[in-house]
Amino acid sequence: MIKLDLLTSLYVFMLAAFIGFEFIRRITPLLHTPLMSLTNALDAIAVVGAILLAGEHKNAFTTVLGVIAIVAATSNVVGGFLITDRMLRMFKASGTKKS
Amino acid sequence: MNIVPGAANVIEFTYLIATALFILSLKWMSSPVTARRGVRAGEVGMVLAIAGTLLSHDIVDYKWVAMALVLGSIIGVPLGMVHMTAVPQRTALSHAFGALCVTMVGTAEFYLRAPAVPRFMMAVLSLEVILGALTFTGSLMAAGKLQEVLPQRPITYKGQNIVNLSLLAVAVAVAVALVLHPEKMSLFPVIVGIPLVFGVLMIVPIGGADMPTVISLLNSYAGLSAAAMGFVLDSKLLIIAGALDGASGFILSVNMSKAMNRSFSNVLFGAFGQEQIIDASQAEARPVHSATAEEAAAILAAANKVVIVPGYGMAVAQAQHKVRELYDSLTKRGIDIKFGIHPVAGRMPGHMNVLLAEADIPYDKLLDMEVINGEFPQTDVALVIGANDVTNPAARNETGSPIYGMPILDVDKARTVMVIKRSMSPGFAGIDNPLYYLDRTLMLFGDAKAFVGDIVRELAGPHQ
Repeated sequence: MIKLDLLTSLYVFMLAAFIGFEFIRRITPLLHTPLMSLTNALDAIAVVGAILLAGEHKNAFTTVLGVIAIVAATSNVVGGFLITDRMLRMFKASGTKKS
Repeated sequence: MNIVPGAANVIEFTYLIATALFILSLKWMSSPVTARRGVRAGEVGMVLAIAGTLLSHDIVDYKWVAMALVLGSIIGVPLGMVHMTAVPQRTALSHAFGALCVTMVGTAEFYLRAPAVPRFMMAVLSLEVILGALTFTGSLMAAGKLQEVLPQRPITYKGQNIVNLSLLAVAVAVAVALVLHPEKMSLFPVIVGIPLVFGVLMIVPIGGADMPTVISLLNSYAGLSAAAMGFVLDSKLLIIAGALDGASGFILSVNMSKAMNRSFSNVLFGAFGQEQIIDASQAEARPVHSATAEEAAAILAAANKVVIVPGYGMAVAQAQHKVRELYDSLTKRGIDIKFGIHPVAGRMPGHMNVLLAEADIPYDKLLDMEVINGEFPQTDVALVIGANDVTNPAARNETGSPIYGMPILDVDKARTVMVIKRSMSPGFAGIDNPLYYLDRTLMLFGDAKAFVGDIVRELAGPHQ
């Protein structure tokens, strides 16, 4: 049963990696910096695991580790989306210039 | 305990939607027109997944979770508001935070499950903490170098790669031992500790100009460690997000290493320690043509087609807003002006594009190397601002040159080349640039920001 779960996970990983390669190859080098900050923010979904770890409160040690993990990941979520959007707002085509 | 009916299903469903939104988010990043929609999709997915998780029955204590979420947000806001020139170090720092989260969770999961950890589980757990720990310290070092808290120049010593790789080999060997005997819990700190040291040593020999490759590589490691964490927690959402991030970092690393003509194995093992052969002796003697801002302005004003090639020097001098004034001034005269961007210009992938976009230069004027290289033969003036090695024709025709084979911007094919540079000092690779001694090349000695400002003033002059 457990082995089957791991195998499923490997399939999921493989498919996601293929999708990633196909989509990211198509992204213009123009946007590579915001791409990196966006994927970094998405990656911070690890916060979900950290929330469960801290919230389960199994013992003091793991709770402390969980809290540190939540703080680190949340700062990536908030900071990552914020700066990606700020960067993308600056990209304007000719003729759409303001002032 | 307060039990919400079917909460487990609700949570799984939010994860499913979040996964779809994350994939769409990357899809929409492909064009500047839809990219902001991509950010929205990512945000909605993230909020859904976090909200869903908070519904979980497993959470018995919300106090610490709430405090940590608030504290993380308080730290995140200033990190999201940094100045655009600080984006490379901010990015490195965020890789460090991501890796820290993964390492913490991995460590906790080990001690919660030990001593009875199934082999496959122990293997991915080891991968998670090894990658996480080395990415954490490696990214902190990279951020320190980019912020210039640490020296930017590479520090190398004999046998460096052997020392580093042996360390990593020890960590891997201990991890294998743990997979076979997970009950030997005292070994676990070793597979966290050694990679922490390895991360530092890995970045020590790396110089500033190699940062685009290194940041991409650390990005990839951060993603892979998160995916490994997904295996440990059996979270498909995390596996997918990690795989996407890992793939993205991987593609960027390959792009960057190609743009520097480095082999990919060279990148994978972080062996960037280059021997820096500086033979300044022959460089001194050769004559160059130099020009004043007035002369440069006259030449630019007479041109029909101008290509500006920016490099890290423009970022250091904060010259992008002056460059924008130059762009406006020349555009007003009906001169066709474009920008040629080398993939490794700056300190991270796409660095120059962000700085120029910040200065309000339309993105359709920012062209990749492959596109702009076809246009140099019809270009009247190529203006190089703070770029060096990426314009060095030696990469094309001198087989003995250390950068031979590296793809460059063919500025030497333009009718006139103007180079704004502080002095004749060689660039990162420590090699002389034959471009500067061409008859068609004019050296404009000075600070990039001040010199571009002077040119703009000269261009405006006759109308006053």
